[in-house]
Amino acid sequence: MRMLALHLAVLAGVAALQFVLPAYHHTNAARILVLATYAIGFNIAFGYTGLLSLGHALFFAGGMYATGLLVDQGGWQPWAALLAGPAAGGVLAAGVGLLALRTAGPAFMIVTLMFAQAFHLAILYWGRFTGGDEGFTLSGAARRLGPFDLADPATRYGAAFLLFAAAMLGCLALVRSRTGRVLIAVRENEERTRMLGYDPFRAKLLALVLSGLLSGAAGATYGLMFGYVGGSFAAIQYSILPLIWVLLGGAGTVLGPLLGTALLFYLIDWASSVTTASQFVVGAVLILLVLFAPRGLLGLLRERGLRSLP
Amino acid sequence: MSLLEARGLVRHFGGLRAIDGVDFDLSAGEIHALIGPNGAGKSTLVGLLSGRIPAQAGTIRFDGRDITRLPAHVRVGCGIAYAFQITSVFPRLTTFDNVALAVQRTGARDLAAATGAALARVGLAGEAGQLAGTLSYGHQRLLEIAMGLALAPRLLILDEPTQGLATGEIESFMALVRSLVPEVTVLLIEHNMEVVMDLAQRITVLNAGRVLARGTPSAIQADRAVQAAYLGG
Ligand SMILES: Nc1ncnc2c1ncn2[C@@H]1O[C@H](COP(=O)(O)OP(=O)(O)OP(=O)(O)O)[C@@H](O)[C@H]1O
Ligand SMILES: [Mg+2]
Repeated sequence: MRMLALHLAVLAGVAALQFVLPAYHHTNAARILVLATYAIGFNIAFGYTGLLSLGHALFFAGGMYATGLLVDQGGWQPWAALLAGPAAGGVLAAGVGLLALRTAGPAFMIVTLMFAQAFHLAILYWGRFTGGDEGFTLSGAARRLGPFDLADPATRYGAAFLLFAAAMLGCLALVRSRTGRVLIAVRENEERTRMLGYDPFRAKLLALVLSGLLSGAAGATYGLMFGYVGGSFAAIQYSILPLIWVLLGGAGTVLGPLLGTALLFYLIDWASSVTTASQFVVGAVLILLVLFAPRGLLGLLRERGLRSLP
Repeated sequence: MSLLEARGLVRHFGGLRAIDGVDFDLSAGEIHALIGPNGAGKSTLVGLLSGRIPAQAGTIRFDGRDITRLPAHVRVGCGIAYAFQITSVFPRLTTFDNVALAVQRTGARDLAAATGAALARVGLAGEAGQLAGTLSYGHQRLLEIAMGLALAPRLLILDEPTQGLATGEIESFMALVRSLVPEVTVLLIEHNMEVVMDLAQRITVLNAGRVLARGTPSAIQADRAVQAAYLGG
């Protein structure tokens, strides 16, 4: 109960932020909320189930391109195209999972990486449809969901907030459910979990599909919100970023993805304003993190007393 | 009535014949002890029965059904539960969560109540909120047993359950096992001969991957080959 109250309070705080933030940070916050949704998706696979994928850009960009192409070239209604985003992410994750989950550890990382790279190359190769590296922008009509115009900052924030709130509460419900307990058990000891009667393959596939679904939803929403679909979202950088966000905030915590995404976003923002060597600053912070808080900030908090933090 | 029938089981590790042509039967409702010197192949044999280790030859029938090729998690669903020799609880999860994992596999409605009852059965109700890794060794052994029991199995395989338990804990463990039969069939690997002679209705003696003898406790105690190989005269 106390934990549910804590998470609801965080949501209320995030909702209230939009009324106090100046325009620049207002846009940033909306961006962070969508990217944090992506991080929550990544965290279900990585943080809770122990699946270290290096190819999640496939699911994020897959959702983004599915929605973007359907609305831009397929003539779909934006809201229908938006639903195609998570569907694409989930289907792609199921396909990748059926093959990649036959491996584990480093092999799993490499196989997921290869799938994502293949997708990135395919986007560049079929540039006639995808716009290649430059991508394509979405028209104003493509960004109107019924009466809601995502080009309007307040609406955009509202959409980002709804997506994030649904993802976060969904994640909270999942990890406190019986299914969530099995996912965590697989992370902790796969063979022991099997001897309790659970098929680890099935559990991991489920986690990956849920993860892909959320990643695809985030990618699709991101595309519509900012009116742009581009090849860079399918690049390896977008597979590494969610890993860093989650590690920073705390892998296997519900609030960690939001914290990590926001911190890294503003760290990069601040570092590039004071030095041209912003990458160096970010690298230094990450090294400090690995040395002093390998379980991330909320992981540290959990170790230091707040043990029931989900 | 026979619950389990294994025929011609073989499992070699490289050149080592851990299990080398073993036939093994369990009657429904019995407490059956599996004994033998270190390295005799006891853990390997129950690994074959539970599906943790694949058999290289032979067949296993459980309740009339051929389970030889079934993966371990499906065998758990058939009613075979295995409690590890080397304690293998989830150290970073709470005692409650460890047992809840087993309880929820049975589809129990009220998870908290059923888990509490399973913990109370082995005397760990007070430790529910503790991380399993912080429990004493003996308590981790009891937790391991609780996890096996909580699966509500028809066959419960216990691999050296009393190792590391205090005398008082052994007493209550024996009472617990007695209370399980005949609803549950118990296969017990055990080095403590007092426990074996006290609990078991039948005993199988394994040596170097083969069955050396089988029979009632008194017959086994009188068996010369067993005395030579194992009981030390
Ligand atoms: N995975 C494995 N790889 C190689 N050898 C193994 C493996 N598992 C067991 N063995 C070997 O097989 C033989 C039988 O081992 P097993 O664990 O079944 O014996 P045990 O009767 O349970 O002994 P203990 O009383 O010490 O537990 C031993 O010589 C052991 O070293
Ligand atoms: Mg053994």
